[in-house]
Amino acid sequence: MKTRLVWLRNSGQTVAVGAANSLPPSSAVVRLDQMSGPVYTVPVPDMILDYMDFNDPMLALSSWIGQIGDFGLDLVWRFIHIVVTLWHIVSGIFESVESYAISLGLIQKYSSIDIEKLKCLAVVVDIEAARDVSKVIELLQWLTTIGVKQVGLFDSQGLLKKSKDMILEMVPRSVLLQETGEKHISPDRIALEFISSSDNKEAVVKAANILLEKYLKSIHPENGVGENVFTESHLNEALRVVGESVHVPDLLLVYGPVRSHLGFPAWRLRYTEIVHMGSLKYMRYGSLLKAIHKFTGVRQNYGV
Amino acid sequence: MVDQIRRMGGGVSQILEQIHGFARRCLFRVISMGPLPTHLAFIMDGNRRYAKKRGLKDGSGHKAGFSALMSMLQYCYELGIKYVTIYAFSIDNFRRKPEEVQSLMDLLLEKIKSLLDKESIVHEYGIRVYFIGNLALLSDQVRAAAEEVMEATAKNSRVVLLVCVAYNSTDEIVQAVKRSCMNKLVKHSEGGDRDIERIQLVDVEENMQMSVAPEPDILIRSSGETRLSNFLLWQTGNSQLFSPDALWPEIGLRHLVWAILNFQRSHSYLEKMKKQL
Repeated sequence: MKTRLVWLRNSGQTVAVGAANSLPPSSAVVRLDQMSGPVYTVPVPDMILDYMDFNDPMLALSSWIGQIGDFGLDLVWRFIHIVVTLWHIVSGIFESVESYAISLGLIQKYSSIDIEKLKCLAVVVDIEAARDVSKVIELLQWLTTIGVKQVGLFDSQGLLKKSKDMILEMVPRSVLLQETGEKHISPDRIALEFISSSDNKEAVVKAANILLEKYLKSIHPENGVGENVFTESHLNEALRVVGESVHVPDLLLVYGPVRSHLGFPAWRLRYTEIVHMGSLKYMRYGSLLKAIHKFTGVRQNYGV
Repeated sequence: MVDQIRRMGGGVSQILEQIHGFARRCLFRVISMGPLPTHLAFIMDGNRRYAKKRGLKDGSGHKAGFSALMSMLQYCYELGIKYVTIYAFSIDNFRRKPEEVQSLMDLLLEKIKSLLDKESIVHEYGIRVYFIGNLALLSDQVRAAAEEVMEATAKNSRVVLLVCVAYNSTDEIVQAVKRSCMNKLVKHSEGGDRDIERIQLVDVEENMQMSVAPEPDILIRSSGETRLSNFLLWQTGNSQLFSPDALWPEIGLRHLVWAILNFQRSHSYLEKMKKQL
């Protein structure tokens, strides 16, 4: 927990300044000896606590009652979280069983998938998981079996980008997706793209500078106004010039502890379905099939 | 006799409401023992489906959605969540049938005007309201009312409510790029002979309309859809996404509590992610 700066007051006058590693709930009364760290002046505290003079037994008693109350609340909180964890464990077991049944072909509706609907798939991998390249290769092999044509692999620090050559070698019939290449992928190949967070905000900044130059060049000498280069299509074009792919993935699979897109290029995420697949280490073929099948059933309004 | 029963019924429901409120505040007290999100974002999806499901008139779905929103805001306030962002109207929504767009704009205008009321919740709870989006696309009436509310609540600081109208994340990014370019041009023309500065990431970030709030911790989209539909794409890199199946007018306390409990479980992981970037 972050070290917080705290002022202690008695009757409105600041008597001590210090650092606390954990903050008690605001209703508690704090003893001076719970503070640790050097005393120094800070302009604005994170918290101001009024402490009481413990020579008064009534106040000491009420502070003890307060502390016991908070301890009780903490226990209830921990108990609620144990229940939530148990729920996750049980639902995880159900999902594993279902996934096993799907991969054995026992559930009819998942046996055929209209893969044509899935033009571009993106996979976001958590940094810890990205270190295990063999798992990523296995996932890509599954995707090839299912018939996915185009896969974008993202991890925020670019670890997969560094292992690009190994992945391309180990995944059969894989080819690197070039900008113009997407229309020329032969039917039995899978095109791979490697993305990291430098392709997100920094790429937009580079594109912004291109638009700035374009605007400067277009300024009329008479009125000092340039052409309007600040539209979505212009920025799209500028991103292409910078070397970024602007394909919009239809489906994004997140392999990590949390359902979050972890910084995948924002410009491409507009209408992408984002599905959480759990951890990469324990990935399941059946869950993958289920996610893709569910995607093919989705109908979007696009806001209309 | 009938009057007495009615009064008793009214009294009972009042007591039940008070018990419910007390239980809720106890639950919030327990939940507050763990980390709480600072910023919550909501995509209010499913109003039309709700109206269809219940066989109601077209506009009533949105009205039911509004009261669900008010309850959510009250819960967020009681929990002490400082920033709440809502996706009220997307630029894509302008492509809906003109009658529907007009009735949505009318509802929006009515609700915005009610915020200007002296006794409205914004002053009672100290809410500062921002309207985020391409406000030039709105009618003059709605835009003027929105600007008036922003000015009237500028001094409030307890809670910040960000209402996204005529908003698209990609449009927000383009507008931020435009503003950054214009700022660099102005600086260059004032600076004289110096070469024009290049745009940096910090320029784009500070020109984003949503820079008035920190990044969202949790983004909740109702009605089970798993996409972001061009909402806060730039800001949600470290946000946990939830998609409860309930339609927006059906969203309730249990969905919020579930989202927060799951947020508390992933909190240390998300904090680690933020530090790595």
